[in-house]
Amino acid sequence: MSGILVIAEHRRGELRAAALELVSAAQAAKRGAADKVAVVLIADKPERLMPHVSVGGVDEIVTVKISAHDFDPDALESAVGALIAARKPSLVLIPHSIDSFGYAAALAAKGGFGFATDVFKLGYEGSEDSGQAGLVATRGGYGQKVNVEVDFPGKDTIVLAVRANTFKPPEGVSSPTVTEFTAPPVRSRLSSRSFIEVSSGDDVDMTAAEFILSIGRGIGEQANVERFQELAAAVGATLGCSRPIADAGWLPKSRQVGQSGKTASACKLYVAMGISGAIQHLAGMKHVATIVAVNADAGASIFSVARYGIVGDLFEIADALRTHFEPGS
Amino acid sequence: MKLLVAVKQVAALDEDFEIRADGRDVEADFLIRDVNEWDDYSLEEALKIKEAAASPVEVVAVSVGPEDADEALRKCLAKGADRAIRVWDEAIEGSDSIAIARVLAAVARKESPQMLFAGVQSSDHAFASTGVATAAFLDWPHAAVVANLTYTPGGDTAVFRRELEGGVLHEMQIECPAVLTIQLGINTPRYASLRSIKQAAAKPIEVLSLQDLGIAAPDVGESGSLSRVRRMYIPDKGRAEMIEGDVEEQAARLAQIIKDAIGGAA
Ligand SMILES: Cc1cc2nc3c(=O)[nH]c(=O)nc-3n(C[C@H](O)[C@H](O)[C@H](O)COP(=O)(O)OP(=O)(O)OC[C@H]3O[C@@H](n4cnc5c(N)ncnc54)[C@H](O)[C@@H]3O)c2cc1C
Ligand SMILES: Nc1ncnc2c1ncn2[C@@H]1O[C@H](COP(=O)(O)O)[C@@H](O)[C@H]1O
Repeated sequence: MSGILVIAEHRRGELRAAALELVSAAQAAKRGAADKVAVVLIADKPERLMPHVSVGGVDEIVTVKISAHDFDPDALESAVGALIAARKPSLVLIPHSIDSFGYAAALAAKGGFGFATDVFKLGYEGSEDSGQAGLVATRGGYGQKVNVEVDFPGKDTIVLAVRANTFKPPEGVSSPTVTEFTAPPVRSRLSSRSFIEVSSGDDVDMTAAEFILSIGRGIGEQANVERFQELAAAVGATLGCSRPIADAGWLPKSRQVGQSGKTASACKLYVAMGISGAIQHLAGMKHVATIVAVNADAGASIFSVARYGIVGDLFEIADALRTHFEPGS
Repeated sequence: MKLLVAVKQVAALDEDFEIRADGRDVEADFLIRDVNEWDDYSLEEALKIKEAAASPVEVVAVSVGPEDADEALRKCLAKGADRAIRVWDEAIEGSDSIAIARVLAAVARKESPQMLFAGVQSSDHAFASTGVATAAFLDWPHAAVVANLTYTPGGDTAVFRRELEGGVLHEMQIECPAVLTIQLGINTPRYASLRSIKQAAAKPIEVLSLQDLGIAAPDVGESGSLSRVRRMYIPDKGRAEMIEGDVEEQAARLAQIIKDAIGGAA
């Protein structure tokens, strides 16, 4: 068993950034030159994506032509499964993404491969000579309050879904060899119909805001939203929120920061009040230079990305903060 | 007509918690149990389908777990689930999401529902894989992160929208029976009335063993899993500088940070 397969994700004809991050993850896990890194392009027109994955650290590109243009879990599962059977790789890396939620677990369950999701650290431990070298993957547990190391005793092939924004895309270009792989025919039980962009009628553009004050479930009830609207206006911030606030309809969906919401792309200062710091929220804001977190729970995982932390009651802090921004103060 | 809803009793950590002596989990005394948030939405989706259906639909909640999972199942009964099933055996201890899925698949085979709903992920360990692995063992079609569903009980197909990164929706059609993992916000979960909570306390919960389901002990627990927890530890708190002092002092410092940053940004 050797070799690492990186399953590149694409959507609506475009390669997704996670594909390149996985190449770096593969470099981190590589045991030596024998562990070749192959990027797998499973698409209706895989050759179109080839230039985008000819990056540093890629030894080979494997193209697999399928008929589906858009995400098809049955076709992906079958193609990756056939590739694993043919090449017996030691490691298969898949992005931990909405698409992989849809097929990676089925692939692993059917094949009996080692399997872990949302992995942010990986590497072999122990010495190869003693036959003890085993892959260890690290993920979060209990709402990211602990780290959990998992291993895969007795598994020859291990499939890992790797967290986004964890590994930096590689630098430089390469001229990988190209191999075509013919996937077995598959009857898909799903069909793609359309993509729908959601607009919420709110005219605020969170991606352009430089200063965001964001509220989370810690604000307790809808009646409290207004206080924070006023506070945001007084301090000159754009009001944002975590998902539960938008799901409850307390603020428009366009204010939601995170994986399924907006990315605070232009933000320089992000004040998070009553937000625990779930990975999907962090996806939209952890890059911000100055993050201040206000949370009653000293163990909240938001403090692990914040520059400044305040352990306390957000209402008390909000009221006291307000007094510094009264007109004339 | 039957809909099966998989519910998990998840655990959150007490403020001061300790890692177990073997270093592989948190000491059980520090775990605060509750129903996985996602499961409120999938139960609601099943109840909505039942209420809109022209012919009778039975909603069955199933949980794999020791006795404290009854609490989650009672909440489902109180909200309107018709039956509740709990599966447990000591051998299940140490199972990963795939071994749990093997058990759920066996329950589905026994109950033969037209649809199985699971949550997108669990709030404690966020595997995001139990539902789809269950579908694999059943060889059923599956879809994840369903944020909108159009399904008539008994129908050969369902139309759903999965929620992509950035909030874009992807509409797809799927053959039934299927396993769908349900996303937050797909509906507005109901609350149980005090009366129904009292009534649910008296309702039976069917308890099944591995033997009842024809599962061999080695197929669950560590030996039936695709990964094994080696070590659990508290990570470094990172780079946050904690602002100490009383509320006034903390707020004054925050005000200063804001004023400095805005001055700098403008
Ligand atoms: C596929 C997918 C996509 C998702 N996309 C997003 C997304 O785009 N954005 C997003 O935000 N989430 C997203 N989520 C949901 C995410 O997993 C979390 O459920 C969510 O971020 C939690 O929001 P929260 O931090 O506000 O709530 P909680 O996790 O409930 O945290 C509330 C916090 O408030 C604190 N608190 C309570 N009272 C007070 C008080 N009086 N003073 C101070 N602090 C207090 C608590 O200590 C706690 O830390 C997604 C999930 C999935 C599966
Ligand atoms: N022990 C369990 N019993 C019943 N359902 C479960 C169990 N564990 C996970 N699930 C289902 O899987 C979903 C969570 O997925 P995961 O993050 O893979 O654990 C939950 O919302 C449940 O629907």
